[in-house]
Formats: sequence, structure tokens, C-alpha cells
Amino acid sequence: MKNTIAERIFDFLKNFPPFDILNKEQLLKISTNVKVIYVENNTFVFKQEENPHQNFYVVKDGAIGLYRAIENDQILVDICDEGDIFGLRPLVQNDHYLMSAKANEESILYAISVDILKEIIASNDKVNKFLIASFSSNIKTPYAQNSTRHLFANVETLESNNSNLTDFRTAEYSKNPVTCSKSTTIKEAALIMSSKRVGSILIIESKNPIGIITDKDLRLKIATGLISIDEKVSEIMSSPVITVSEKITTAEAQIAMLKHKITHLCITKDGTPNTELIGIMSEHDIVVLQGNNPSVLMKEIKRAKDVNTLKYIREKASTLLKSYIEQRIPITFISNIISEITNAITVKAIELSLNEMDTKPPVKFGWLALGSQGRKEQLLITDQDNALVFNDVKEEDYSKTKSYFLLLSKKITEKLNIVGFEYCPAEMMASNPNWCLSLCEWNAQFNTWITKPTEKAIMMCTIFFDYNLIYGDKELVTKMSEFIFKTINSFEIFLNFLGKNALINPAPLGFFRQFLVENDGKHKDQFDIKSRALMPLIDAARLISLSHNFKDENNTIARFKKIAELEPQNKDLYLSCLDAFKILLRFRTEQGIKHNDSGRYIALDNLSKSEKLKLKSCFKPIKDIQDLLNIRYNLAQMM
Amino acid sequence: MLGFFKKKKYPQFWKNHIKKVSESIKYSNFENIRFVALDTETTGFDYDNDRILCIGAVAIKNNKILVSDSFEVYIKQDVFNKETVKIHGIRKNGNEIKVSEEEGLIKFLEYLDDAIIVAHHTKFDISMINEGLKRLNVGPLKSKQLDTNYIHKKIASEHRFKKLFSLDELCTIYNIKMHDRHTASGDALLTAYLFLKLTNKFKKNNALNLNDLIKTNYYLNK
Repeated sequence: MKNTIAERIFDFLKNFPPFDILNKEQLLKISTNVKVIYVENNTFVFKQEENPHQNFYVVKDGAIGLYRAIENDQILVDICDEGDIFGLRPLVQNDHYLMSAKANEESILYAISVDILKEIIASNDKVNKFLIASFSSNIKTPYAQNSTRHLFANVETLESNNSNLTDFRTAEYSKNPVTCSKSTTIKEAALIMSSKRVGSILIIESKNPIGIITDKDLRLKIATGLISIDEKVSEIMSSPVITVSEKITTAEAQIAMLKHKITHLCITKDGTPNTELIGIMSEHDIVVLQGNNPSVLMKEIKRAKDVNTLKYIREKASTLLKSYIEQRIPITFISNIISEITNAITVKAIELSLNEMDTKPPVKFGWLALGSQGRKEQLLITDQDNALVFNDVKEEDYSKTKSYFLLLSKKITEKLNIVGFEYCPAEMMASNPNWCLSLCEWNAQFNTWITKPTEKAIMMCTIFFDYNLIYGDKELVTKMSEFIFKTINSFEIFLNFLGKNALINPAPLGFFRQFLVENDGKHKDQFDIKSRALMPLIDAARLISLSHNFKDENNTIARFKKIAELEPQNKDLYLSCLDAFKILLRFRTEQGIKHNDSGRYIALDNLSKSEKLKLKSCFKPIKDIQDLLNIRYNLAQMM
Repeated sequence: MLGFFKKKKYPQFWKNHIKKVSESIKYSNFENIRFVALDTETTGFDYDNDRILCIGAVAIKNNKILVSDSFEVYIKQDVFNKETVKIHGIRKNGNEIKVSEEEGLIKFLEYLDDAIIVAHHTKFDISMINEGLKRLNVGPLKSKQLDTNYIHKKIASEHRFKKLFSLDELCTIYNIKMHDRHTASGDALLTAYLFLKLTNKFKKNNALNLNDLIKTNYYLNK
């Protein structure tokens, strides 16, 4: 029999997890057995300590508040709105309700029998995982040792479901690799390579790969006369080899090669070096497969003779970024590759500009990337933020030197602008006389900011502290960093001011689960993911790293890793911040690619339920680390 | 109940209907009462010449709409009015599986059981059904009936003397999201939502009493 009503309920539920991962029959069965309930404002669906009902609930319209009574207070723990599930855990665990559910506005609920769900859980592993994850994120201490793994588990489940498997392209490789044993002489090996017309030979021991010799080894180690051709191949082979499984995707293969700075990967049966060799993949195989390859792009950058070529390469890098995001490559690798490309482009722009100058630089200098480029977190094209430091000169030479570097900076920033990195609207660029300074002047500038921490000074610090040397003299920058730490150490209250700044943007959860959105201006009602979610984490990581005198890394992910090592007692919190940061960075990048902008402002209406869930799951660590800063730097008193 | 005394030979389905309604013991306790929200799609508004094309219904018990306890039937009719096709979308030879009027009504009565009927402009839907029953030499329906329009008029005293409201208007007043209007089941579900909201508002001393509810539609249950 046709059942129009059940179909309407089906159409509603299918938009929300976990119903979206059910098959049609399962969901139709649920829909057919729904009971629809109307709850008036301020009335209870169930009360704390009550025995569980036969049903759990999905909010169709309205909002249900979950309250937990602690002594005489009713603490609002969560608000469930359209599509949210509540009241399920007690049913599955045969436990009484730990919270009360009360309508915050008049609501319509779908009550779903737990028996039907139990049947489905038994047959659908993904649903099971989703539910376990949503339970574990509801437990009171999400940073307990065992639960960190599950904290984002619901996100993982959703992600793996949403990612389109057809985007994964398995990389091609040669299935009959040329091999020899380790007792083969170098000469014999070279003869085999020549007769088979290959550029590499694998050394195997009982079918497992143990080493590799490439043309380059023969050129560097044999032709130079370092080693005799009568020696065994084991003398010159690179060992161990990097092995992967045949299921590796093109992008993963590229990353493995870049990471290990190698050009060949061995394919083995199970991906480890301890099983049979079944093939070899060379960088060339991949280049043939995919024109947009990071190492090809890097080579093109090095060969580039004009700025238009750089622009073209930057556009290709954007395509590469897009395909990496689609293939769900880990965000750390993506940001490493993209920032390497961005840095190489900047270096090339500097080299091209230096060639245009009439003379060589009068003294040593360093070109600094600031902000997100300095932190190696710049994935999408954003504004350029940079600065220049030059060696101290005699007073009479100062103005001549400064004009030289200002002119150079102007040329560099112009080129970067052509490439696509637009001018910084706040003029935070080396072409601005304020940010093209001698070492001495920079030290004085930092000294002023640190010892007179006005609001503006602190804001400058958050931008300039994340400097990263892109080109030029490392020693100058090391001196500058040393000076900064010395100053901070002798003026410790500065960190408290920095802490206060880190709390300017509170965790983006307003009324528990409602997103805080912009109230006015061009981006009214949009969510500012940069200042409300990414910046609080970036600021926190910077502050805590500075407090440990750690300046080797500006990258937020690396900073969290380092401080997790330095403060084992807060390890779980820092690692969950790290996870949240990765998710947020990917999210911003995806949004940016989707809407062809910086991805900073997100229209919440356009997000799917699972995307909203994903975002929300990142907010708790933000709140927790802000609480930690608040206590550590005694910030409540400063506010 | 006059039926019994007339000793007229009624078909079994009609005897069952009379027996179920007259012997029901559920009416005293509101939580036990089964309500059936229903709507019909017809070829037009003329009781004599127009016919029922579809009946959609869903049950409500203890303040819950029971989706599993719903009913939907499409009826094959010779009468056809192309003017109303654009409203209900039921074509003369559409894709729906259609049954004869007799089969449709018998099935409906089986489904209805001893429930209390809730509809919007109940008089129209019930009259159409009763005309159909008359063609089977039975009727009219014995079930108790409620009309969302009259419950609303009772609650909203400022509206009491004003016109009757359309289902659309009441859904707007009570903030019910409208979806596929003008399918019998869709409108039955909206009516059911409306009924849940109305009865919640109608509670006296936090309790519901069937007699009070029935008193709202003085014109139906004299």
C-alpha cells in the first residue's frame, strides 16, 4: 500500500545522520513506525532519573533543551534542534535518563522505537560507529586517555561516508621490476639495467626488497671512481627501501616520495618491506599520470624566468590543492607541499627582483613571511604579509641602504601581487618603510611592543611573531629571535597580555550549541571561521610555545605537537586542539575552493547537518584551551 | 442504534461498524481513545454528483501520531472532473492502484474501527463518505466526529464569531509547516498535527475530556 505519510517522514530523516547512511528499506521501516509527538513550550519529554521510554527522539521542528540537575540547579547541557537525536543512550545501555529533556519552544518530535534501531545497528556497522561516537563525545571528560581517539570519531565516520571513493585513483606502477641479489657485482647489475633499458634495479633477498640502485648512484659513486665496479651491489645500494601497498593513490605516492626525498617506491604484497616485491613505482610513472605534480611544479618554479610563469604555476598549484582536498590527503602534508610551493615562488620573485637591481645588496638581509605564510598554513591564496630585515650599517650609509631595500621590496611585492598574492590592505609588507628595518631597529620595535603592550602592539606581535625566513641570511633572524626571547623573559607580564588577546574571540559556541555569527556588516549572519575558530587556536599555540622559549616552529600543528611533549599533563588537550585545528583548516580550505574565496566567512545555511556537526565538534577544545589560558595567566583579573 | 430494531438485513461490514462504535469502552479515558485524522479528495463539492477519489487517514492516540497506523486508498470512479485534477493531481487513469468504491469504503470502515473522526470541515468529508455508503444501502457513519475548525473557534474566542478557517489558515496560525497540500494523506497529517496542538491548548485543568471536545462542534453532534 502506498504510504504518503511515511514517505514524508522518510524525506525528512534522510537528511540527517545517522539516517543518511541507512539503506532505503531500513529507513522506510523506521519512517513507517514513527510516532509524531507535539511538545508544548516548557514541558518535559522525559526527566532525569526516569526509566527509559520505548522510543528515542528526533527533533522535527522546534528545540529541546537537555538539562542536568546538579544540586538545585538545572544546567543546560545541550540544545537539540532540527534533525538532532536525543534520549538514545539510556535505551541502548538500559540505563535511566541522565538528563531531563524539556522543550525550549513548542516542538514536534519523531519518536522512534529502539527495537527497530537495534536491528539496524546489528546489521549496519557505520550506524553503530556513529552512535558510539556520539555517546562518547557526550561523556563528561572527553580528554580521558581512552576517549581522545573517539572524540572525533563521529566526524571520521561522516567524512568517510561523504568522500567520493571514485576520486581515489590508484597509482600505476611497473609490475615486473628488474631485480638482482645482493651478491651481484655492480658491473653485472649495470649490464642488466642497460639490457633492460631501466634506470633502476632492485636488490632482493628471498623475494623481499632490501635495496635499490639508480642511475644516479652509478653516476655519483661509480663513475667518480669512489667504488670499484667489481664490488657487490650491497656496497652502493640505498637501503632500506620505502615500501607501499599497491592500493596507494597517486597523491599518497607523491607524498611518500617527497617525504623521503626519493624517486622510487617499492610495491610489496602487504605494503611492508617484509613481504614479496610485486612492483616498482618511479616518480616518472606519476609524472606521466598527473601533470600537476609538486616536484614538477618545484622544478618549473626554479626554471621560471618571468613572473607570468610563476602566476601560471601558482594556478596549477591551486588545482593540485583541490585534488588533494578531494582525495582527503592529510592536511599536514597538503599544507607542507603548498607552503613549499608558495615559499619557492616567493624565493623566485626575490631572485628575479634582485636581478633587476643595478647593484648587489649592500649588506646581508632576510626576507620574512608573516602571518599564515610564516606559519606555513596558507593554503588558499590570501593577502601577502611580509617584512625585511637588513644588517646594521654605519649611520651615514643608513638612508642609502634603506632606499635600496625599499626599492627591492617594492619590486618583490609587485611580483607577488601579479602572481596572485594581493597587497595587504593594512600595508604589512616590506615595501612599507615601517617594516623594512635594520636589525637594530627591529629589536627596538619589538622591545617597544613587548614592554609597552598596548592593544595595537599586541596585535602587531601576533602577526610579526610568526615570522619565517624565506630568503637571505639566517644569522640575522636568529639574532632577532634571541633578542625577542630575552626581552620577553625580562618582562614576563607581556605573556599575560598576549593571553588576554588570545581570549578576545571566545569559543564560537554562544548558547551552547548555537553558532556565534557576525552581527553586522558585509558578513552579517555568517560564521567567521578564521577569527572565531582558527585564530583562538593559533594564538594559544603561539603563546604557550613562547612561554617555553620555543621558536623553531611557527606552524600551529607543530607547535601543538611540541607543547604536548613539553607539558605531558596537558597532552590530551593539546592533541585535541591539534585535531580540531586540522579539521578546521581543511574545512576552511574546502569552503574556499567551493566558493572561490578565502573561505573565511561561512554561510551556515549552506552547510549540511554533518558539516555543522563537524564544526561543532571542534569547538570544545577551543573552549577548554581558553579556560586553561585564563587560569594560567590569571586573565580573569585583567579583563 | 435504530438499525438493530429495523431488523433490516445489513451486510456484515456495516453490522461490524455499528457494533464496534456502540460497544466501545475506550471513550471514558482520553489516553485510550483512538482518533483518526482523515481527509478526502473528491471530484468536486456536489454531494449528489461528485465522488470520492482518495481517502487518507492517520491515527492519533495518547497525544502521538502513529504513522504505522495510517490508511490510504484510491478509488476508481466513473465520474471525472478535469477541473479538480489540478488541485488533487489524481488522474482518471493515473499510476495509483485503485479499488472500487465498495472495496475502498469497506476497507476504510475496517481501519476506522471504533475511532473518533477528526477532520477539517468534517461535515464535507463525512457527507461524501455517507453518500458513498448510501449507494451501498448502508450509512450514515456512526462514529463520533470532531472538527479542527470548531476546536479552534472554542479556544480562540476572538475568532468565535468570525468565518470558518481553511486548513492553510489554521496551519499558519498554529505555526505548522505545510508540505504537499491537497493529497488526502498529506492533509490528514496536517490535520493530525493541528489536532495535537489544539488539544494541548484545549486542556482544562491540565486534563482532556472528550465530552468537552465534542461540545465544540455543536453542529455535528446534536
